[in-house]
Amino acid sequence: MEPRPRSFYVLAAFFGLFLLFLYGPTITIAILSFQGPAGGLTFPMNGMSLYWFFDLFQEQAVGDIWGSFRRSFALGFMVMVSTVVVSVMGGLAFRHRFAGSTILFYVIITALVIPSILVSLGVGLLFSQSGLEVHWATSGFGAQLTWTLPFGLLIMFAVFNRFDGSFEEAARDLGATPWQVLRHVVIPIIGPSLIGVALFGFTLSYDEFARTLLTAGSYNTLPLEIFGMTTNVTTPVLYALGTLTTLFSFLMIAAFLLLAWISTRRKARKGSDAGKGMV
Amino acid sequence: MSRTLKSWMMVSPLAAVLLVFLILPIVMIVTVSFWQATEWSIIPAFIFENYEFLFGSPVTYKVFANTFKYAAITWAFTLGIGFTVAYFLAFHVRSLTWQIALFLLCTIPFWTSNIIRMISWIPFLGRNGIANSALMSWGVVDEPLDWLLFSDFAVILAFVHLYTLFMVVPIFNTMMRIDRSLIEAARDAGASGAQILWYVIVPLTKPGIMIGTIFVLTLVMGDFITVRFMSGSQSANVGRLISNDIALLQYPSAAATAVILLITVLLVIAILLRFVDIRKEL
Repeated sequence: MEPRPRSFYVLAAFFGLFLLFLYGPTITIAILSFQGPAGGLTFPMNGMSLYWFFDLFQEQAVGDIWGSFRRSFALGFMVMVSTVVVSVMGGLAFRHRFAGSTILFYVIITALVIPSILVSLGVGLLFSQSGLEVHWATSGFGAQLTWTLPFGLLIMFAVFNRFDGSFEEAARDLGATPWQVLRHVVIPIIGPSLIGVALFGFTLSYDEFARTLLTAGSYNTLPLEIFGMTTNVTTPVLYALGTLTTLFSFLMIAAFLLLAWISTRRKARKGSDAGKGMV
Repeated sequence: MSRTLKSWMMVSPLAAVLLVFLILPIVMIVTVSFWQATEWSIIPAFIFENYEFLFGSPVTYKVFANTFKYAAITWAFTLGIGFTVAYFLAFHVRSLTWQIALFLLCTIPFWTSNIIRMISWIPFLGRNGIANSALMSWGVVDEPLDWLLFSDFAVILAFVHLYTLFMVVPIFNTMMRIDRSLIEAARDAGASGAQILWYVIVPLTKPGIMIGTIFVLTLVMGDFITVRFMSGSQSANVGRLISNDIALLQYPSAAATAVILLITVLLVIAILLRFVDIRKEL
């Protein structure tokens, strides 16, 4: 192997600093959430304790954290399932041009670039003016889908751009019905990417703030609850909550990545070379 | 069954969601922007008062200028950092496994909460924060700097922190698809490292840069929460103008501002899309 040029070390150092910049703040609040009872929002540490984590579970003043966590989790799950199903259907349809496909594509791009607060405002107005009540599971759910679906679809477009149609042809030649082709050929091949779509669906929903702001109704989701805390809580209990939800996010991401890794390996073991060249 | 009908059946859930939660809300915003507001309610009407007020107020121009300023500065930083990181990953990391692992490290924060990532700057930038203590102990400054937190500096820092990966991902994606033999050919033809970078890699990476630019510009231009939180409510952008109106229940006025913001964003995107075919780049 040829020796590494000097630029490699400079760039590697830059990359290291970038990672520090990305993760440093998160790690800092993780450390600070273990402040002693007398500790403040910044260093020095006044002892080490789990005081603020206990505080989080006891304190009534900070609102309904567990309720909002449950709602966020349920909503994230709903958004995840819908995003996967709708994106796969959309991705399959978009493999061929059809009348109106270009317009629909630009609507998808609009959904991606429209400022979130406009979706929040528009959906909120739409519901209130048509006499419907805003609720996280209806208006909030729909508003979040306008953010997760474009991501899911872009991933599916990328996947199907690299999809080798001869596998389907072979299956059809062997007498498979369209459903069998989808179930036994297409889905197994695109499987690992679907896990990626699911990851996007869940996490983008779980952390979404702007689009749920005016569409969640009287029951807050977790990001809304946290935002409420930032304006009136000035103790490390905020960090404790931040650390816990970030930890939860990391666990979910790890689970999804593990799943994707396992399914990629399973695919490889079954001897198919489909999807090779996909990164 | 005709192919078009079949395709539309497949995209019907997608089309339905976009119709109800995107198109109709936009129509609603445009409609309401012509309505009248009293202190406690909004009344259907067809008046241009909201727009007249918007365009007649010097605040509007200042806030729009501020929004563009944030967008431009954030764009420059995210592009610089994003390109460098992607370049390192794509051309200097040699094994695919490492490339994927380091790339994932860059993208994981995207899947965590933006609000928490903003909060996590407090211990760094506060008056008694890490940055100030460090600067004071090094003797760079004598007393703590006040402008670190709750300032334009903090806003832009947070934007760069939150959105650089929107540059890294598309640029890395295009770089990975550059045919390596082109680089070899350039080297054989006597190009230096810098020349390869500027004449081969940068032009071929342009689509990725464009897609990253679209993401960063729209996210920054449509933001309201980062500016509010990181500036301590001292600076304003268009998003905050809208959210303030909403907080005061002045929906028609908020809607008028929203319409202008939407037109601005779509114009910017329309210009950028002339330089890149997104569907081809996926």
